[in-house]
Amino acid sequence: MTHGTFELDGREVPFSPGQTILQAALAASVYIPHLCYHPEFKPHGSCKVCTVKVNGRPMSSCTTPAQEGQQVESNTPEINEARRTLVQFLFVEGNHFCPSCEQSGRCTLQATGYALGMTNPQFNPLFPNRPVDASHPDILLDFNRCILCELCVRASGEVDGKSVFALSGRGITKHLIVNAESGKLGDTELSVGDKAVEVCPVGVILRKRKGFDEPIGRRRYDIAAIDEFAAAAPKGGTP
Amino acid sequence: MTAPAKSAKKLKVATASLAGCFGCHMSLLDIDERLFDLLELVELDRSPLTDLKHCGPCDLGLLEGGLCNAENVHVLREFRRQCKTLVAVGACAITGGLPAQRNSLDVRECLQTVYLTGPSTTHARIPNDPELPLPLDRVHPLHDVVRIDYFLPGCPPSADAFWELITALIAGRTPALGHDRLRYD
Repeated sequence: MTHGTFELDGREVPFSPGQTILQAALAASVYIPHLCYHPEFKPHGSCKVCTVKVNGRPMSSCTTPAQEGQQVESNTPEINEARRTLVQFLFVEGNHFCPSCEQSGRCTLQATGYALGMTNPQFNPLFPNRPVDASHPDILLDFNRCILCELCVRASGEVDGKSVFALSGRGITKHLIVNAESGKLGDTELSVGDKAVEVCPVGVILRKRKGFDEPIGRRRYDIAAIDEFAAAAPKGGTP
Repeated sequence: MTAPAKSAKKLKVATASLAGCFGCHMSLLDIDERLFDLLELVELDRSPLTDLKHCGPCDLGLLEGGLCNAENVHVLREFRRQCKTLVAVGACAITGGLPAQRNSLDVRECLQTVYLTGPSTTHARIPNDPELPLPLDRVHPLHDVVRIDYFLPGCPPSADAFWELITALIAGRTPALGHDRLRYD
């Protein structure tokens, strides 16, 4: 049911009651870059990559309700520059060495970098020391690539009912932890079929013995850019 | 894509591999027959292809690899001094890359493991010839040390990405890497 329309980069976008700007845009096959948003989960509003200008003010489009007559700017050089800077921060805060990552070619962070025309990390990399957790027989946890989107936290709590993951600490020390006395993934109830495993947008939660199963050239974002997936998705399903 | 029109004066280009594997240079050579067009437009200064040891004044410098030791920094500074436009080429030059995977380890422990206690070690001794450049405590991308004008990502960047970069810079426009040429792996 259409409730009204707002204007997104000069285009009329319809929305239904309760939809956010991002949901309405994706439903209309308009891509707004985003990382911590996922259509199956309550919007989180933390990564700020989906920032748009609503009537001239910067807002997170994933948490801002769509309203009749809003003037929304999204695909402008100024906003994309700010989004690119946010993505560059994420790259230098972790250890994102794409050539050795199993998720390369199907990674949302990488694909968002491509979509924003990011050619370099711009800032000085921090090279944090984050040992991997290989204690689980079927799942590898590589903290180096975590962007703190909390999708695994939400999925494990809300869908799997296991609450395996949480974020701990604040600011630059914020990090992903697992719910086991030993702190090891192998001592949790996480299993391969869990939503928390499927939902990771980067290469942190990886199924073992599955890495590099798709050859270069045939991976998701080799075939099409992330904005093309959004444009092709019938009901704004997330890339 | 066609080569830009031939200009009267050839541009001077220098290339070097710092803490790299020469894979980016190999990918540059993958432009294949376009090499003939390129050599009409540019003249190589310091490069593994000329074996010149130092870089003279150049229009364009292409640097592959990150900064792993003191000599890498020395060469980088020479390139920055001599090249009007300096490009960081490939994942290692841009992010530190594979060599930077040692950044969470202590250099002393690395050297001891490789040269003293490793399982295949014979004649255990850490090399200390004064001609050997000293390793840095951490591997750095190029932009940690000098200003970089352009970045060409990829491991390696594809031949078409190289061709776009070089022809754009010769023609005096900003290189445009579309979805098919912009890759971090």
